[in-house]
Amino acid sequence: MSAVTPKGVLTTPIFNNNPIALQVLGICSALAVTTSMSVSLVMALAVISVTAFSNLFVSLIRHHIPSSIRIIVQMTIIASLVIVVDQVLKAFAYEMSKQLSVFVGLIITNCIVMGRAEGFAMQNSPGLSFLDGVGNGLGYGFILMTVGFFRELLGSGSIFGFTVLQTVQDGGWYVPNGLLLLPPSAFFIIGLIIWALRETHPEQVERNEFVMRKNSMPKEAV
Amino acid sequence: MAQSNNSIKKILTVAFALCIVCSVIVSTAAVALRPKQQLNQELDRKTNILSVANLYEPGMDVEEAFSEVTPRVVDMRTGEYTDELDPETFDHFQAARDPAMGRTLSGDRDIAGLSRVENFATVYLVGDAEDPDQIILPIRGQGLWGLMRGFMSVEGDGNTIVGITYYEHSETPGLGAEVNNPRWQAQWEGKKIFADGEDLTPAIHLTKGGADDETEIDALSGATLTSNGVTNMLQFWLSPEGFGTYLARFRSEVDREEVQEADVELEAEA
Repeated sequence: MSAVTPKGVLTTPIFNNNPIALQVLGICSALAVTTSMSVSLVMALAVISVTAFSNLFVSLIRHHIPSSIRIIVQMTIIASLVIVVDQVLKAFAYEMSKQLSVFVGLIITNCIVMGRAEGFAMQNSPGLSFLDGVGNGLGYGFILMTVGFFRELLGSGSIFGFTVLQTVQDGGWYVPNGLLLLPPSAFFIIGLIIWALRETHPEQVERNEFVMRKNSMPKEAV
Repeated sequence: MAQSNNSIKKILTVAFALCIVCSVIVSTAAVALRPKQQLNQELDRKTNILSVANLYEPGMDVEEAFSEVTPRVVDMRTGEYTDELDPETFDHFQAARDPAMGRTLSGDRDIAGLSRVENFATVYLVGDAEDPDQIILPIRGQGLWGLMRGFMSVEGDGNTIVGITYYEHSETPGLGAEVNNPRWQAQWEGKKIFADGEDLTPAIHLTKGGADDETEIDALSGATLTSNGVTNMLQFWLSPEGFGTYLARFRSEVDREEVQEADVELEAEA
């Protein structure tokens, strides 16, 4: 790990150490909420606020958390924050919260939040932890928005709800790709993003765990 | 430090303090935001009702437009209004579960896949409550993936459809979820529930390959099971099991005796 600087913790999670693309955490919600960009944006904001504040609060009380119950302490803090976010969404963005349905509640189980609380906030100062939470939330949001962009554009022919490609259903020419509206399509897009990121950042490519041996000759096999 | 943190006393103190703090935060948020949330839900329901009646325009004052609408509770067995239940507080789902207010549907009568159904329903009357311009009926039934809940609006003659909308469903995006596509919904306007004959069996249904007459709706392409679900729930809710008896009051051409006969049959079956 490189030295911990405020700028570093904020920006490295976006490309260099992306929680979804490199650590492959939080895939579930990335599949579920990326059918449109506006939903992705709200989800990203929700995750940013939860990771940031859970990191902040965990870091604030990190010297008092008994190690035997630290996971449940982190979980309680995260769960409380998620409920608050959910309630706020229901009150101020009702339409959005209806579309996000259970996935706001499921931020509790998002490994990114838990991972940052356990992996970073337990060892670092509150300020840095807060920025780390924002950074990781941004990394998550970056993937979400990219996936959302392609899924909404090719699946519904619009961006942020504004029609770009007039679909056949609405009397236009574009035949929308139904697969992109279904969760599995996010796998393909996330896979392509990971590929692109590892092409530009070769250090992210993992070493093979084993090397395939050359095929043995038929002669040797018998 | 680590030692003292792991003493039983410290563990209990931390756990207890954390729980108190978190629960205070959570309950404060829940209580403080509840009025706003309820307002949103109410507004959402009213918006749905207005939009099925083609009265909704984005940006309009929903509350003001809703003052034109009178909710009434209907006893679906007799087709009469009942004043025993308050339309503001009446809950369909609770009523369906309550043995005194609902009934269990047996296999072949349960075409909409509901298993239990209530005997009362809230209808919304647009305009004059005695001679309404539109009657808005709540409908629900199984689609492909789950329960679909929506509203249907019928003109004052109890036969001509104004529109249909689903406010809750879990159909496949791009296929079954096209039930809420405005272009598809537009073709419902002016369709008839009952064929020219006077019987109580609703004729309205979804059909493949284009609608030919006024009781047919072009089905959703690529969503056969959702379309079947929509047909089934219409057949159920518009039959005497649902609002059939009630709607018959508005259809002058229907013989009152026939309605009563159907009632007797229904009771005999039940």
